Amino acid sequence: MQRATIDLWVGIFVVAGFAAILFLALKVGNMGGFDSTATYVVKASFDNIGGLKVRAPVKSAGVVVGRVSDISFDGAAYEASVSLSLDARYKFPKDTSAAIMTSGLLGEQYIALEAGGDEKMLAQGDGITLTQGAVVLENLIGQFLYSKSESDAKAADGSQ
Amino acid sequence: MLSGLANGLRGIGRRVVDGVWRMGVATRFFLLTLFHSGQSFRRFQLIIREIFTAGVLSLIIILVSGLFVGMVLGLQGYETLQTYGSEEALGILVALSLVRELGPVVAALLFASRAGSAITAEIGLMKATEQIAAMEMMAVDPIARVVAPRFWGAVISMPFLAALFSAMGILGGYLVGVILIGVDEGSFWSQMQAAVDFKEDILNGVIKSVVFGIAVTVIALFEGYDAPPTAEGVSRATTRTVVTSSLAILGLDFILTAFMFRGV
Repeated sequence: MQRATIDLWVGIFVVAGFAAILFLALKVGNMGGFDSTATYVVKASFDNIGGLKVRAPVKSAGVVVGRVSDISFDGAAYEASVSLSLDARYKFPKDTSAAIMTSGLLGEQYIALEAGGDEKMLAQGDGITLTQGAVVLENLIGQFLYSKSESDAKAADGSQ
Repeated sequence: MLSGLANGLRGIGRRVVDGVWRMGVATRFFLLTLFHSGQSFRRFQLIIREIFTAGVLSLIIILVSGLFVGMVLGLQGYETLQTYGSEEALGILVALSLVRELGPVVAALLFASRAGSAITAEIGLMKATEQIAAMEMMAVDPIARVVAPRFWGAVISMPFLAALFSAMGILGGYLVGVILIGVDEGSFWSQMQAAVDFKEDILNGVIKSVVFGIAVTVIALFEGYDAPPTAEGVSRATTRTVVTSSLAILGLDFILTAFMFRGV
């Protein structure tokens, strides 16, 4: 087959195009990062997940150890069922507790794992029973106002 | 007065009917092109030459515009983000807006005006100088010989061009954000990597660019093939290619975005 300069240019173009896609995938996106490592999935139920989203980080001691892989509503228990895919390198005791936290005051929400003291470790498909849902700002304000008005009323009673 | 109204109505009706007619012919043309592509894949050298004219020759404009769009995004994004004290999110802003929207859309718009107009003018002129009629006389199918290689050459080039545009844009954002302004380099890349998903963002961007490539090329080829064989006809067809394909890109972009990123 005859080789022409055009072939060289098209070859350079295609290679550069693939290099750009590879650059986007590896340097800009998160391919080859955490996702490629082996994971195991555990489930946790929360009474309220707030603004938690799929792919939100799961942290323990502030280090990302996994990601939220799925969120669904459990129609029987009326709770949110969250699947966490954790890095297989990290093992957690069975009585690990999970809480939904917010990074910063208005930042994204993540799940914080607090290791327990059990001898047995969580395995694929296990559930985390000790959970604490997201703190809803409106409820917090409501509670504060309620308790404030109560203490105000008490103070008014005392002065009479 | 009444006859003027009737004439106006008649004009509108004629335009609508004409538009639907052309749409039907364009669809038949597209299917015919796909049907005749097998032949051009057996003679791949033809496609290579079209990748050269459509893709390689568009490289300069794509790379330079990508760089500048990224640099502008870096500047503007920094201005806005620093008022909220979150200039570390500049990487996310630049990368997501380029990979999801600006990369495929602006690259396709540039491609329509750089390569699409050239395709229309070339085929229109081929028709005006009766080269296409001559091919038919020699029992060479012009769709298989002229149209299909151009179609595949342009459709193959488009995703590469869009990816190069996005990559250059991100480099431009990095240049302005990190090197010129001094946003922290570590958080620029790490926040970007945490926010950009390969399947959700990058792959969807590639799909978008393929769809835009098909739309632009079909419009350009059809306008050229359908152009009246006069100098004025070819010039009008070239204008129509750029206008129609730009509108098609933006309309399709809305539809695709609505399907792809409906928020989890």
